[in-house]
Amino acid sequence: MVILSVTDLQKMYGRITAVAGISFQVEQGEIFGFLGPNGAGKTTTINMLTGLARPSAGQIWIDGLDGVEEIKKAQSIMGIVPDESNLWDDLDGFENLCFCGALYGLDRARRQERARELLEQFGLASLGSRPFRAYSKGLKRRLTIAAALIHHPRILFLDEPTTGIDVESARQIRRLILDLKRSGTTVFLTTHYIEEAERLCDRVAFLVEGRIKKAGTVRELMAQAGDGQIIKVALADAADALEPELQRAFPRLQVEIKGSTCTLHASGQIALLPILEFFEVRGLHVLEARAVRPSLEDVFVQITGVAAGELRRGEGGCGR
Amino acid sequence: MRAWIAFWNIFKKDVQTYYLKPPNISWGIIFPFSWTLMQLVRTPAADDTDLRSLLPGLVAMSILFGTTSMVAVTITFEKRSRSFDRLLTAPISLTTLVLAKMAGAVFFGALMACLPLLVGAFIVDLSGLNWAVAALGIWLMSISSAFLGLAIAVSAKEVFEAQTYANFFRFPMLFLSGFFLPIHSLPWLLRLLSYCLPLTYGADLLRWALVQAGDFHPGLDLAALAGFSTLLFSYSRWSITRKWIL
Repeated sequence: MVILSVTDLQKMYGRITAVAGISFQVEQGEIFGFLGPNGAGKTTTINMLTGLARPSAGQIWIDGLDGVEEIKKAQSIMGIVPDESNLWDDLDGFENLCFCGALYGLDRARRQERARELLEQFGLASLGSRPFRAYSKGLKRRLTIAAALIHHPRILFLDEPTTGIDVESARQIRRLILDLKRSGTTVFLTTHYIEEAERLCDRVAFLVEGRIKKAGTVRELMAQAGDGQIIKVALADAADALEPELQRAFPRLQVEIKGSTCTLHASGQIALLPILEFFEVRGLHVLEARAVRPSLEDVFVQITGVAAGELRRGEGGCGR
Repeated sequence: MRAWIAFWNIFKKDVQTYYLKPPNISWGIIFPFSWTLMQLVRTPAADDTDLRSLLPGLVAMSILFGTTSMVAVTITFEKRSRSFDRLLTAPISLTTLVLAKMAGAVFFGALMACLPLLVGAFIVDLSGLNWAVAALGIWLMSISSAFLGLAIAVSAKEVFEAQTYANFFRFPMLFLSGFFLPIHSLPWLLRLLSYCLPLTYGADLLRWALVQAGDFHPGLDLAALAGFSTLLFSYSRWSITRKWIL
């Protein structure tokens, strides 16, 4: 059953196109990932879906409700976690959760019971009386997610949930997302961490410059790279400066050199000998060359033409 | 019921996190207390009528500064920290949200208005005061001032910016709303301007309550205050939709 349906959604800011006519559907109970570099239009899309931005054109349907005209009704089944933790600094954890419950019309007994339950579930029970401002970044993130779940939403929008937080908190958040899926909650996740999308999502859409370049299940997308080949070459020394020259010498390949590791992508088979010769002629010893199984990152690079480095540029912390 | 739960909790949260903070309480008490005492002490004690005629202006000033300053803080600060986005994405109408946010400021403004009256009660004979008209004037003035503060706050990005914009309105109002200078003594152009200010009618209504005299009919004062409140509320609501729901 489709819970979210988007058709030709567009957002213009003056002459600038932030989202250029995207269409997709999200099934009840799945984790749908929106993957793209910073500025791709992920947050703008989430803002339109949650009522914080008005679409310039297109249609949004959320559980049978018009996502523009009936947004207030639709918001009652949504949980929203923005890219910044935005609870109230002066309220403590418990008060923040109770207040968010009140915004969704829960009576006092129900919201207090649910707040206690969520603090327990998110491992924050001992910190419930501490003001939000005293929480670490990771704890703030967890409480913000808990606040979005106070009213048992049917669909949860998560905008970059693990960006800029510590490894342990990021791991806990990923576990929580999988638990939510198991309990039947639909999750709409935006991220620029490819591994996160690969690990969590049932289906992924690649968003670049406001357009969906490709969408499908992780398996379907991986199959796209089936005919292609990826070779990783380990060199004795760093060779970043050789990247443009190597690219010119082998225009059919996609070349990326980082330090002493060179990665070559091709849609067909790669002839290894000329590449080895290329390095040997320039006095670089090749220590190892091996074909690797393509990852979702490789598929992303292959389909969108966006370098993996570009996607990682916005990574603010160690949330991987 | 659902809207009422949200309304009440937004109001309660604002009172708890902003209005009942020690700096706001002390500022809210010291400021009106000082200027009330200053004005009452410098006026000859024998001239009771003169003292009574000062009180409407002092009450109006306390409401104007109290409400506009607090709205600038609560709205601009929450917008900057993005917690206001959380309110905008909650399943409550924008009208309920705006009214809930303003309720705290109106309440604060009404409390501030009591201070000059309280101080005045020790110096001036308030036995002839029409409490019903005074209460009505205080509430309506608090409402229109709160909405004026909101209209200003929606245009600002930072708290200091909102306070600066507010001063553009507040200080001219001190001289143009008939608090200390009678409107009929103003040049005609300034008089025209004073008719466009909500507090002119608020102070006039309070004069009716205190000294049973005023420049306009009390009915006109009430209608003008209600009209300004509706206008400023509609403008703020429209402005939030246009500027914050992009």
